Amino acid sequence: MKKRVKKPLSEYSTGELVLYRFRKNKLAMLGVAMFLFVTLMILIAPLIRPYDMVVKQNIADRLQGPSSQYLFGTDELGRDLFSRILYGGRISLFCSLAIIAIAFVSGALIGGAAGFFGGKVDTVLMRIVDMLMSVPSALLAMAIITALGNGVWKLVLALSIGQIPRFARMVRSSVITLRNMEYVEAARCFGISSMKIMLKHILPNGIGPIIVSATLTLGAVILSISSMGYLGLGVASPTPEWGTIISENKVNIQYYPYLGIFPGICIMLTVMAVNFIGDGLRDAFDPKSKN
Amino acid sequence: MSENLLEVKDLHVQYNTDDAVVYALNGVSLNLKEGEKLGLVGETGAGKTTLALSVLRLLPKVGQIASGSISYKGEELLDKPESYMLGLRGRRVSMIFQDPMTSLNPVKSVGDQIREVLDLHFPQLTKEAKNEKVDQMLQLVGIPASRKNEFPHQFSGGMKQRVVIAMALISQPELLLADEPTTALDVTIQAQIMALMGQLKDRFNTAVLLITHDLGLVAEFCDTVAVIYSGCIVESGTVEDIFSGKNNHPYTKGLIGCIPDLSKDEDRLHPIPGHMADARTLPSGCPFADRCANAMDKCRKERPEAFSEGTHTVFCHLFDNMRGGV
Amino acid sequence: MDWLKYALKRLLMLIPVIICVTFILFVILSLAPGDVARMVLGADATAEQIAALNHEMGLDKPLLIRYVSYMLDAVRLDFGTSWTGNFDVLEEFSFRLPYTLLVSTLAICFAIAVGVPLGIASAIKQYSLLDYGCTFVVMLLFSMPAFWLGTMCQIFFCLMLRWLPVSGVGSWTCYILPTIILGANTLASMIRMSRTSMLDVIKMDYIRTARAKGNSQKDVILHHAIRNSLIPVVTQIGINFAGTIGGAVVTENIFAIPGIGSMLINAVKGRDVPVVMGTVIFITVIVGVINLIVDLVCALIDPRIDLAS
Repeated sequence: MKKRVKKPLSEYSTGELVLYRFRKNKLAMLGVAMFLFVTLMILIAPLIRPYDMVVKQNIADRLQGPSSQYLFGTDELGRDLFSRILYGGRISLFCSLAIIAIAFVSGALIGGAAGFFGGKVDTVLMRIVDMLMSVPSALLAMAIITALGNGVWKLVLALSIGQIPRFARMVRSSVITLRNMEYVEAARCFGISSMKIMLKHILPNGIGPIIVSATLTLGAVILSISSMGYLGLGVASPTPEWGTIISENKVNIQYYPYLGIFPGICIMLTVMAVNFIGDGLRDAFDPKSKN
Repeated sequence: MSENLLEVKDLHVQYNTDDAVVYALNGVSLNLKEGEKLGLVGETGAGKTTLALSVLRLLPKVGQIASGSISYKGEELLDKPESYMLGLRGRRVSMIFQDPMTSLNPVKSVGDQIREVLDLHFPQLTKEAKNEKVDQMLQLVGIPASRKNEFPHQFSGGMKQRVVIAMALISQPELLLADEPTTALDVTIQAQIMALMGQLKDRFNTAVLLITHDLGLVAEFCDTVAVIYSGCIVESGTVEDIFSGKNNHPYTKGLIGCIPDLSKDEDRLHPIPGHMADARTLPSGCPFADRCANAMDKCRKERPEAFSEGTHTVFCHLFDNMRGGV
Repeated sequence: MDWLKYALKRLLMLIPVIICVTFILFVILSLAPGDVARMVLGADATAEQIAALNHEMGLDKPLLIRYVSYMLDAVRLDFGTSWTGNFDVLEEFSFRLPYTLLVSTLAICFAIAVGVPLGIASAIKQYSLLDYGCTFVVMLLFSMPAFWLGTMCQIFFCLMLRWLPVSGVGSWTCYILPTIILGANTLASMIRMSRTSMLDVIKMDYIRTARAKGNSQKDVILHHAIRNSLIPVVTQIGINFAGTIGGAVVTENIFAIPGIGSMLINAVKGRDVPVVMGTVIFITVIVGVINLIVDLVCALIDPRIDLAS
């Protein structure tokens, strides 16, 4: 067996240190495991249950409790709750990831430009961001949905716009702090170009808190998507989504509690997994913040 | 000579952190007489602040006094209940901290912060009497009494340290622990603050334990000196003993060598090579052995015994053969 | 009178914000695909009817003209009438707002009253059972969707145990559950924020100074630590208030509270532009005012904040 040579901690690079601290964090690793499990289940959903089961109504089998045939039971139309949750997760999770990606990239571009160029660019961009920020993000999303109508991608767009200001501000402030750091100034004195400074010095050093915030926001976004689904905005029945599943079974939950418990726990565990990862990353990037 | 005010004997203090145990003080003994000015000199991390905090029993939670004794006016402080310490802190023993920028509460006016000492220790005074004392004290440290309603952020660093001094001395304590009171300040302000401390100390006849890494300051201000290295006192004596240049500990020699001498035509300073030993492992011999130019085999194995000549004491194996009769 | 000047300045600064936000919304909402008139009149309306309605609603005019005339009306406090419900937007809003504000304020107060003491206590007794308990509760509340918690609590406490009324605003007991559900998220952030902030503060040098003066542990916490640790907590309250008003939409939906939430959801589903527009403007102003109040409170606690500059 090959023996792994263990380097002393003092020889670790920053990235390796972050990874080392992250892997030592048990809750974070649990979060990773939970998140991977959920993602995997959702990805291989067609192998477990055919999509047919999601929409196929089977009145004869309506409101059946959990059994080997219907793992999570059936709803009042006789649809398999397990299949609906499995496929619903695709919307809940993948849309949330898309929202974070959109908000992250646009926020980084806006904030990065504002922070790096400063002056008029900064003023104009930040004014717009402030404007967006002064409207509560839930209301902004609703207004956009009013304009665009229902639809999965429209929902993604509506929710991501509300998240852009947060990322833009964060990227801007970290760029500004780093821009004034001595080592960046030193790099500039050596005649290294702006773009290179940005990519080689500012990006790796400022990315930590932004990744942390993106992860923690992901949890909040999963919750907002399902809230919108619950209110019937964005995604509408019969398309399954974790929030819509709960709302369509609302009247039956009292007598058939499994209809509320299973989808709720799915949302909760997923969000919890994401939050564990986020907290773990925060402590790994900044061990001083750990109390 | 008067009685010892503070007697520290063989004090061992350690910090139990998550990763390791850090041995901060390894058998420190120290005497301080009433009205005496003792300078405690050493590098950053030598355990100077730990010693001062131990006297007040204000070590952070991870800090632990493992063994030893601290007696104040003959009373063993380590056996006293917390309530006894509450009456001692700020009333009989005051402390000035290193960084005036962070040692004042940002949301309370400076007047309130000074008066708090009176509220705590002199509850019998009327409100008017307290306010008058605060005004007097502020004027004494060179701040107009009219500024007492202002907040710390409205003062400069030197002014803040004056406020801290006012806070420490308003109760006319018997002992003042001054932990690097001027390190965070400009050189010109340093001189002012030290002059102020000297003047107030004489006025109230307060004993001072001045913690510093600045030998110049010690030579100017103190009566006696103790040099601390890696949690051990390596040399102590009167200012004359230490600065006479006779029979110094190699570490003290090194420290004195770090002061540039303008009278000589020299190009270079003489730094002490190496770093202080890792405090996570207890040294078996002399803590300075690894950096000492005169180190012998014995130095790495045995803790040196005290070599005393009158008021002067050195802990070094170099003087073993001078120790007559042992 | 610095604060009054500051407040006025901030209120004036809200005006350009509203103008811009309205414009952005106007552009977004005018992008609405599909024919509004057809939607209002139904599938079997004739082309003439649609054209007539479009003309009546002013939808045949260019965007900018519509925007300017909307703003001119808005200055005279005329926010138009609903396209689908035929009610005056401002009137309906002012009828419904008190419910929303009441539930939101109750929720925030509940979160502060319970969360801040819990957070401070768990910081002081770090690593105690209370601390671990609080951390666990915070973790749960942050991962639970409010609508799910609300639905489940409603079923359990109102339908099964019958302790509380299921819905409506008939008596004060109706507000208990909505307050708790709406405040749950803020409660979690209050506990977390005050705990972190307290832990930061008790490490500060001035806390050591306070102890060196002879303060007991209790006096140090009461006279020195709490006020300092509240500063970031108050800022957090401001951030959470906006979220709470957004969350009120869901809570009102669950408990059938006649606040702006239910009006807004119907308007979004029916693509009732004047109602959505009006609501967003009003809420933005309200949130702006709340943030102003929060900043004033911050300045009251923290003397380092200078309102004049």
